[in-house]
Amino acid sequence: MKQDIILAGVGGQGILSIAFVIDSAALKNGFQVKQAEVHGMSQRGGAVQSHLRLSDERIFSDLIPKGEADMILSVEPLETLRYLDYLRPEGIVVSSSTPFINIPDYPDIEAVLGKIREVPGHLIIDSEKLAREAGSARTQNMVMLGAASRYLMVKKDDLVEFIGVLFKTKNESTVAANIKAFELGRGAAGPYA
Amino acid sequence: MKAELLLGDEAVALAALHAGLTAAYSYPGTPASEILEYLIKLAEEHKHLKASWSVNEKVAYEEALGVSFAGKRALVSMKHVGLNVAADPFMNSAITGTNGGLVLAVADDPSMHSSQNEQDSRYYAQFAQIFCFEPSNHQEAYDMTRRAFDLSEETGLPVMVRLVTRLSHSRSMVQPCEARGENELSYGASSDWTLLPVNARRRFKILLEKQPSLTRLAEESEFNRLELNDKDRSLGVIASGIAYNYVMENLTSKGKAPSVLKIGTYPIPETLCRQLVNHVDTVLVVEEGYPFIEKMLRGLFGIPGKTLRGKLSGDLPLSGELSPEVVRPALGLPGLPRRELSGFQLVARPPQLCQGCPHADALIALNKALEGYPGANVFSDIGCYTLGAYPPYKAVQTCVCMGASVSMAKGGAEAGVSPSVAVIGDSTFGHSGLTPLLDAAAANTNMTVVILDNATVAMTGGQPSYASGERLVRLIEGAGVPREHIRVIEPLPKNLEKNIKVIKEELAHEGISVIVAVRECVVEARKKKRRD
Repeated sequence: MKQDIILAGVGGQGILSIAFVIDSAALKNGFQVKQAEVHGMSQRGGAVQSHLRLSDERIFSDLIPKGEADMILSVEPLETLRYLDYLRPEGIVVSSSTPFINIPDYPDIEAVLGKIREVPGHLIIDSEKLAREAGSARTQNMVMLGAASRYLMVKKDDLVEFIGVLFKTKNESTVAANIKAFELGRGAAGPYA
Repeated sequence: MKAELLLGDEAVALAALHAGLTAAYSYPGTPASEILEYLIKLAEEHKHLKASWSVNEKVAYEEALGVSFAGKRALVSMKHVGLNVAADPFMNSAITGTNGGLVLAVADDPSMHSSQNEQDSRYYAQFAQIFCFEPSNHQEAYDMTRRAFDLSEETGLPVMVRLVTRLSHSRSMVQPCEARGENELSYGASSDWTLLPVNARRRFKILLEKQPSLTRLAEESEFNRLELNDKDRSLGVIASGIAYNYVMENLTSKGKAPSVLKIGTYPIPETLCRQLVNHVDTVLVVEEGYPFIEKMLRGLFGIPGKTLRGKLSGDLPLSGELSPEVVRPALGLPGLPRRELSGFQLVARPPQLCQGCPHADALIALNKALEGYPGANVFSDIGCYTLGAYPPYKAVQTCVCMGASVSMAKGGAEAGVSPSVAVIGDSTFGHSGLTPLLDAAAANTNMTVVILDNATVAMTGGQPSYASGERLVRLIEGAGVPREHIRVIEPLPKNLEKNIKVIKEELAHEGISVIVAVRECVVEARKKKRRD
């Protein structure tokens, strides 16, 4: 059993927090993990991605081969498209519909979403709306993790446990908002599942 | 001991601690910064350990060498171009030799994710004639670093551990082994460490005499492994470091099994290479970085009767990092079926200055002040402000290496560039900008240096800067810049007009002037606020 996931977004959107939660849940269940990250220059508002590989067998490459990704999990719609060629033909896309516009030539959002809809296994989530409902616009990453959680090979309860660990140094309301964001995301994914 | 999920950089750091480390030094630089970051964290629990940021890589290397002289173990880490800065003590440390174990961890950045070139540090190891490890995964990063300390003490030479971005910044599980204690204090012999010609000649001979034993160590190393396939002699692959992973990723999925020699040490294991070459018709060399092994195998005339493939033959690209899909066709495998993004123009999303960044305000003021000066040139440097080369600022015209803004502005001014302006951050100034300013002040060159003092090394994650605040102003004055031409401004939108006026006055001044733009990095300010 294996799962190769491309995590995508813009520097500062909390991609590595998603990776931490999935990793920790996978390790708890005895899976092998490799997680390639982007540090340095790109973290300043540039495109960032993480290659997350879970398997019950030895994993060689830190990078997912193009055509091997089972899922693109993206907190930003334009960033979803950037990694489409990593996806295996039957792979799925779980993408936010909320554009992060920090470039002058950001394309028409409807065209972006239209491209995502061309992927047969797509799930588009209004992460900003649900994050606000959860109490903080900063929880969009957890909304998206929640939406993706129905398709991950790790258990929901383990994910929730490690969201708690991730935010343990913060106050209780931050933990609660992030778990609520996760649940709202998971709920929104329901009708498609 | 318990297995841990670590970055490649962190695995190196943990191994060094467990090898009985006394001190670690570094200057921040992607992708090596996390090595010392992690050791600073470990030092909170392990009180004997000294882990600190140095003012530049040369200083870091020399501090580590001092530890080694005193018989204790030291780790010095840096990015690939940092080793250019530290090349002087590095090359000479192979001549002095080591007393306590000395390990240099250097992280290369193929594809230049955060760098200005993709030089391959294995050439430096060869240049200095020292042993080098190249891990392929996290466990090896740990095991090799531990072994590197033993090997340094066995051979009396510094040892390099060469990393690349994809290993430095990838996470996986590492099983550590028992930690050991520090070495006792014991001074090196002055006849070995005083490189007067009479000693240096003797020491260099010793280094040359050690070479066959380094090759023997490579031959015997468990990190080099040959697997011959007796049924299929058509292809043999030599793969080093993380390139081995890309080869195996493709082979395991296809059940194809050519003979494979995995290389993890330099010098390369000559006997194993010969065995592989004799066994097959075609040899494919897959390595991350320059065609280092491939060139060695090819020599001037190639291998008679054999086909040698790799980067020089065009089977693999000469620039950019490898990946599973780049290696795949070289192995004779078709590309995997995948989804394509067709009929859509993807736009790039380059990194940019943060909202409210003080550099933005400083660069806007500088641009305004330079209006009406068609001959102006702004020489810049390594840091977040280099992003000022992008629109909407387009404020800087050069970026070469640490400190080059000040020296190039002096050279430019002397060639007729007017106004000749340098833009440099506080930490970069401390790293390599102070010495050229000493030059420019002594010559009273007609140029203006703008130092952006945000009180941190921002680009690499907020490490401490030593040439900041009051100390920075005193350094500038001490370098010989006249007090009345050292101007301090606060880059804020509300101060724009005032700041333009100050910059214009100093541009008009015939001689050296320095403008210090002081405002804290917004990211660091936010972090501090969250901590409080």
